[in-house]
Amino acid sequence: MLVSPRDESDVLDAVRDALADESPLAIRGHGSKAALGRAATPAHILSLAALSGVTLYEPEELVLTARAGTPLREIVALLDAHRQQLAFEPMDHAALLGGVRDDATIGGVIAVNASGPRRVKAGAARDHLLGFRCVTGRGEMVKSGGRVMKNVTGYDLSKLVAGSYGTLAALTEATLKVLPKAETEETLLLSGLGEEKGLAALRKASGSPFEVSSLAFDPRDDIAALRLEGPQISVVKRRDDLAALLGAATQTLDAESSRAFWMRLRDAEPVAAGEGVVWRVSLAPTNGFAFVESLRREAAPLLAHVYDWAGGLVWLRLEAAADAHAGVIRRHVDRLGGHATLIRADEATRAAVEVFHPQPAALAALTRRVKEAFDPRHILERGRMRAEF
Amino acid sequence: MPLIMPPPEPAILSRRDEICARLRRILPPASVIADETARRAYECDALAMYRTLPLVVALPETVAQVSAILALAAELNVKIVPRGGGTSLSGGALPLEDGILLGMAKFNRILDVDFENRCARVQPGVQNLAITRAVEHAGFYYAPDPSSQIACTIGGNVGENAGGVHCLKYGLTTNNILGLEIVLMGGEILRLGGKHLDSEMYDLLGLMTGSEGLLGVVTEVTVRLLQKPLAARGLLLAFPTVEAGARCVGAIIARGIIPGGLEMMDQATIRAVESFQPCGYPLDAGAIVIVELDGTPAEVDHLVAEVEAIARAEGAMETRVSRSEAERLRFWAGRKNAFPAVSCIGPDYLCMDGTIPRRRLPDVLTRMDELAKACGLRVANVFHAGDGNLHPLILYDASKEGDIERAERLGADILRLCVEVGGVLTGEHGVGVEKRDLMGEMFDETDLAQQQRVKCAFDPQHRLNPGKVFPTLHRCAELGAMHVQGGKLPFPDLPRF
Repeated sequence: MLVSPRDESDVLDAVRDALADESPLAIRGHGSKAALGRAATPAHILSLAALSGVTLYEPEELVLTARAGTPLREIVALLDAHRQQLAFEPMDHAALLGGVRDDATIGGVIAVNASGPRRVKAGAARDHLLGFRCVTGRGEMVKSGGRVMKNVTGYDLSKLVAGSYGTLAALTEATLKVLPKAETEETLLLSGLGEEKGLAALRKASGSPFEVSSLAFDPRDDIAALRLEGPQISVVKRRDDLAALLGAATQTLDAESSRAFWMRLRDAEPVAAGEGVVWRVSLAPTNGFAFVESLRREAAPLLAHVYDWAGGLVWLRLEAAADAHAGVIRRHVDRLGGHATLIRADEATRAAVEVFHPQPAALAALTRRVKEAFDPRHILERGRMRAEF
Repeated sequence: MPLIMPPPEPAILSRRDEICARLRRILPPASVIADETARRAYECDALAMYRTLPLVVALPETVAQVSAILALAAELNVKIVPRGGGTSLSGGALPLEDGILLGMAKFNRILDVDFENRCARVQPGVQNLAITRAVEHAGFYYAPDPSSQIACTIGGNVGENAGGVHCLKYGLTTNNILGLEIVLMGGEILRLGGKHLDSEMYDLLGLMTGSEGLLGVVTEVTVRLLQKPLAARGLLLAFPTVEAGARCVGAIIARGIIPGGLEMMDQATIRAVESFQPCGYPLDAGAIVIVELDGTPAEVDHLVAEVEAIARAEGAMETRVSRSEAERLRFWAGRKNAFPAVSCIGPDYLCMDGTIPRRRLPDVLTRMDELAKACGLRVANVFHAGDGNLHPLILYDASKEGDIERAERLGADILRLCVEVGGVLTGEHGVGVEKRDLMGEMFDETDLAQQQRVKCAFDPQHRLNPGKVFPTLHRCAELGAMHVQGGKLPFPDLPRF
């Protein structure tokens, strides 16, 4: 059954009814991320799509408040008209998961702690969520944080809610820090370095003072890409200085091509097309290549991969398998330090394999206690992140 | 205002010798401070108006020792108060008579500097500035720079989510750390994050940051390192009124410029600074705005020209641009001296820490002035203008009967005013004991109960730093209870559609 509240107090009632009936709720915006997470079969779907609209936007204060179901594209268009942006550059999951492009809601963006290639400089959704209102799994209306940039009043529950996949609370309203858009951007491409040297060049650039905002390596084209953003005069100078520092054959993408390049990478398009399971792996930048080499040595059936975050984020597509190759992937991620998330696989696989990286026992137990502090009856998104809750 | 703390438990006080003896089995004798004179050194933090002699001071130096102490505390049901550099302005490290003060100063090593991954693993007792000192030879630094950075420790910075003058552009502590090792009450050792970004499942790293030592004891921090900008230049802008200064700040940001630093001082502060140590601030100005722009030299020059033009258009009486590093530092000198300068005219002051939506500043200052006049006190203002973080310094004389109480009442009224205009009680100093009883101004009972349930997930017996942050302590069992009656939850008072 689909429950479609019109406002916050309807959401409160819906969660209380679900608690009374003991029938778990899945939370939906536009459903663009419905195939993310463990496959679970909740009794009802709570649609937040009708809770839509920007309720506060003060460009000079760098702050925007929107109801959870507000389409991301509406927020982006509004910010764009004031030459501002969500600096964390949330990815669009359509290329990976199918569905309509540009159809996310802001609630969904926060629920998965979305980010993009600019993560290394500007942070993820977690770094921009200043405050929120929600209905917890206890059926209570709770607010946290505020609408100002600097706030340490009480626990920073924004961090918990970002990336919680709706398992703690149904977000009803979010207040975000917004930032000016860069005047322009360019991307420097280095080709022919090979994977290992190309990634080393990215790390060298990331340790330079030239404020590189995104650093990726695409092995298929053997291209290392470095994005520079800012005032024209600064971008040109930094591009030249960076090219001199790296001393490799270079080519430059102008603003328009640069934007298109990073949007494609943001959405994991280099690995998206074609059959197979897709993993997203976060590691220390120096370990990205070592990780992929380990998979090759073990003859894991790698179909495509691409590196972002100077090697710290690896997108992988492998041949489909019952366990999605979780064993070999997680063994090497655990050895190197990091986490691996199964982003795309069929439902049976996502029900059988831990989609989110397993945790050591003490951390798993604490995680469960935190879940139950918000949702003791496991009424929200039961089974979405962990089989136990 | 009398500060009410959880009453000391006689059963614990009477077992003091036994507790000390048990601690000596975990730590070398010199690391267990039981002597009263020596314990006095720990009786307060930088909120020195509140003092309590701790039961005993323990100074561990390994994570195994911390774990053993917390296990002991759980076993004997003793409270723990963690302490870093003791620079908290909100009483976060205020000891408890029946609690072990856990001093983390011996955790003072930088464990690993990893330039290629742009991070460093450090122990929590390392001073904030020491991190930058250890990496600056390679052109790196650690960005958050609270003004106590010579003395405050990174562990305390994590506890308080410390900021500084550069956080609009470079973020707070929470945006600049990658990993933590923590010990829970009971002694469990956990690692959160690492050298990679954004661990999946709940962001406990983010939750720990700013939790004021109530959730776990930090034993290791992995910080992000940034490359120092190639160039930085300052502008000193004088305005006839605070309103004009605030308008200029808004106009700079509206133009899409995010300066590295953006500070404002009112006339009372300007005059205090100039009589303390003259640095050439115009005495007739109603407000001074200091802007620091950083980046590549070409970009900085370009932005300096833009900001200067904006300032003129907004009615600046005077604009000065630094032509040298020495001049840039001179612009900052007065700002950095603001607190000691104000204490010279005080003779005492209470430093408040509200954040407000920036455009409400003129209104807030006017009303603050009225509140101050009504109780016969003066207020000087220092303002992190870029992010709306206001530091009103309430001047009082502790030797005058009733002055301190008046100052505290005025402080509470000012913070209520901040909340009323859409702001918050504390931007960077923390709630601690200082703002604890004002939490109800910002949050209702349900909000606070939810925060305390999070506390219960970490520390169900309320043994870790109790009496801080929350105005009332609810038992976890009571907070966790859910009563479903007749198929409906009993919330008769709440509106339904």
